[in-house]
Order: sequence, then structure tokens, then C-alpha cells
Amino acid sequence: MTELNPHQELDRRAPAIEVRDLHKSFGDNEVLTGIDFHVNSGQVVCVIGPSGSGKSTLLRCVNRLEEPTSGQIFVEGIDITDPDTELDRVRSRIGMVFQQFNLFGHMTVLRNLTIAQQRAKKRGRTEAVAIARENLAKVGLEDKEGAYPAHLSGGQQQRVAIARALSMNPDMMLFDEPTSALDPELVGDVLDVMRKLAHEGMTMMVVTHEMGFAREVGDKLVFMDGGVIVEEGDPTEVLTNPQHRRTQAFLSKVL
Amino acid sequence: MTRSTRTRLMTLSLYAVFLAIVIAFVLVANWEAIRSNFFLTEGFTGNWRDMVFVGVKNTILYTLVSFIGGFVLAVFLVLMKLAPIAPFRWLATGYIELFRGLPALVVIIFMALGVPIAFDWRPPGGTVGAGLVALMLVAGAYMAETLRAGIEAVPKGQAEAARSLGMNAPWTMASIVMPQALRIVIPPLTNELVILLKDTSLLFVVGLAANQKELTTLARDFMSSGPSAGTATTLMFAALLYLAITLPLTRLVAYLESKQKRSR
Repeated sequence: MTELNPHQELDRRAPAIEVRDLHKSFGDNEVLTGIDFHVNSGQVVCVIGPSGSGKSTLLRCVNRLEEPTSGQIFVEGIDITDPDTELDRVRSRIGMVFQQFNLFGHMTVLRNLTIAQQRAKKRGRTEAVAIARENLAKVGLEDKEGAYPAHLSGGQQQRVAIARALSMNPDMMLFDEPTSALDPELVGDVLDVMRKLAHEGMTMMVVTHEMGFAREVGDKLVFMDGGVIVEEGDPTEVLTNPQHRRTQAFLSKVL
Repeated sequence: MTRSTRTRLMTLSLYAVFLAIVIAFVLVANWEAIRSNFFLTEGFTGNWRDMVFVGVKNTILYTLVSFIGGFVLAVFLVLMKLAPIAPFRWLATGYIELFRGLPALVVIIFMALGVPIAFDWRPPGGTVGAGLVALMLVAGAYMAETLRAGIEAVPKGQAEAARSLGMNAPWTMASIVMPQALRIVIPPLTNELVILLKDTSLLFVVGLAANQKELTTLARDFMSSGPSAGTATTLMFAALLYLAITLPLTRLVAYLESKQKRSR
């Protein structure tokens, strides 16, 4: 293992994700206006809010798919906004699952799961394949390793995407509306996999519209609107007894 | 008159016009002149060895050399165009605009005659080499644009997924984006190949040694020498040989395009 940046020791006691005064603008459009937020190790934090509230942007800032305009983001104590941070190394510890799955269309399921292990983690092929098969079994798709993504249903694709992220042995997982692009009857399988992960103690940050999942699995619920966190707390508490008017208005529409 | 009879009459008269044109052409055409000038049997039987084993061979050779050279150049150009450093992007854009804006013939003459005079430099491979370099320079510019369009057609989420897995930018480009972009651009690149094949006929202007002659140069020579001298038979021969290569290729493009459409 190569040395980490000496000023940026990996700190397992630090929160898994800590966001300080995060601002993000796209041109003149300020999408995030001062976010302070953290996810503790082993916690499942669900982020809800109307579309355009900045919840996906916040998630994408955490592995710097979006470049923050200002503010700091610490992942396990490492400041990922620091230009000296080895971003690829940090990213390989953060699994990400996208709304549109984003499986590599020109590769089989198995290759989807091994390519980054070999290229980024420098694992040998045999080891990568073994880990990939283990994770495919975990999402219930061990019989699909030779299939191409186009031949799978949306739900199967999303479970492969989860297995792909897990194959990097991440310390935490980010989910960006993982079930929003799925037909209703396929949502359950994906949520089952996520539930299983949560019970195994995986640290998870989930942008979602699945209030049931948030209530049942979440340790913390965050409601965002207009680029700020309006309210956060125990999911059942926030869902049944929202304190803020905007939260009440949003929940009355979606529940 | 009902609508259907009117339609039927219209169709019938269109057929009549077509038939009239064909009959007029057959009557007016000087078939003897056509046969003796374009289809003199000796022109085919006497020249086919040279036409095929020198002309077609060199035409295909020149096409492949300039296609491969142009493709390698195009990959560099497109990487420059996507570079984070602005001057690289300007350079690539300037190059592409310049060589797409110039006639290929002008570039060939520049490389084969202009540049050697100006810099007292002998191009490797003589004037053919210079002509091939010119074709590469032009083909590279077109193919770079094709490649760029292909890369942009790969959904952004593909690169994002790769980066989120910790793959660095070069690996992401090489193993995720490029392979999918290449699939998308196979039909337009095949078109590029057809255009390049036809453009090798422009090498006619640079002066080719006997064993370097491509199809057009050879056909032109045989119009004034050999068994069909004084006729344009070998020109017709060359035209048929070009079609024998290009038609299957364009059919292939059509097939690949329809296959791609179905797979989406």
C-alpha cells in the first residue's frame, strides 16, 4: 500500500462524511447555499426533498463528481476538496449507485464488476473474479455474470450496479435516487438489497423518494429545499411530526 | 372522375413518361461509339493484369496507409481537443478547420511540390510518400471530428461511473469511453474509408513511377498506350473496378447503421 498524504491520515474515528459550509453554483444558479452535514460510520442517512432542492448535487459533491464552489468535505477525515488529495484513492472507498445505473454497456456483467478492481485496485484477475462472484451472489444475480446489461431488466441492472460498487470493498455507499428509474414492480428487489447492506452495517447516504425505506432503514432523515437543509432528525419523527412549514408542505404532497 | 381513377391515371402517365425517356435514349444514343470508345474488348482482356495487380493493389494500399495514418492522427487530435489545457484545444481546432477547409488536391500538391521546393527537402518515399502524407493530414482532420462526435455520444454517466469507482482519467477514456465511441463511429468511419479510396485518385497529379501507379493514373496511361489506346475503355474499366470496391463498402455501412438502430 502506498503512503497516504501525511497530512491526511485516514481517521476511522472521524465521521464517515462531514460537510462544512458547502456552496455550489452552476453559473449564476446557486444550487447549494451553505450545507453543514455529517454521516457517522455505520449510519444510514436518507436525503429527501423536492426536485431541484440540491440533494443530488450534495451527494455528487461527496465524491467530487461535482466540484464544490466553496466549503470543505471530509471523507473519513480526509479533506477531498484539498487539491493534493489523491481523489482516485478516496473514490475507490466510496461506492456510488446512480439513478440511470450506468453499467458499462460494452462489457459483460462480470467484466463490469472486475474492470475497476483490476485498473484502480490493481487486483489480479483471479482475485477480482472471485470478489465479483461473491457480490453477484449477494444481490441474487450469480447466474447473470455472462449477460450484457442491455439484456437485463432495470432492477437487475441496478443490482449489478450495486454489486459493482461493492466489489471495490468501499467503506460507504452513496445512492442517487436508485429506484427512481425503475418500474414499480422492480423497486422492491433493489430496496431489499439496500436493506441487507444497511443491516450489515454499511455506511449509506441515500437520496430517495422512498419514504417507507427511509423510515424503516434510515438512522437519520434530512429534508432539503432550496439548497439548504431545512430539517433533519430521526426519520419517524421527521415524517410524522415535521417541525418546519416547508417540510410539512412537501410531506403532505408525497405521503 | 373518382379520386381512385385519377390516382391510377396519374401513375400510368408517370410510367409512360419514364418509358418515353428510356426509348428516346436508346434511339438517340450512338451505341457503336459507346461500344468502341468505352467497351473495347481488347482494353479489358489486354490490360486487366496491370489494372488489377498494379492499379487496384496500389489503390487499396494507398487507401489503407492513409486511413491508418489518418486514424492515428485523429486519435491524437481528439485527445488534444478534449485536453484541459486550452492552447492544445485551439491547436487541434485550428488544424481541423484548416484541413477540412482545403481541397485535398491542394494539400497534395503542397506536400508533393510546394514543401520540397520551399525547404529543399525530399519526402520519404518520393512524391508518393508526400501525397500519402497529404491524404493522411486531410483524413485525420475529418476522422477527428467523427471521433469527437462518437465520444460525445457516449452518455456522461459512463465516465462518471468509472471515475466513481476510482479509475483514473486515462483508463476511463481507454477502457470505458473509447471502446463505446468506436462502436458508434464504425459506420461513419467506413464512409471515410470510401471517400479516402476515391481520393487516392488525386495522387494522379504527383507523378508516379510505373510500379506505384494507382487505378486512375494507370487507366489514364492506357488511354494512350496498349491495346485500347485512343479510346476511354480503361477509364470505364477503372470506374467499374472502383465501384466493385466501393459498392460493397457502402452496403456494409447501410447494414451496420440499421443494425445499430435496432440495438438501441
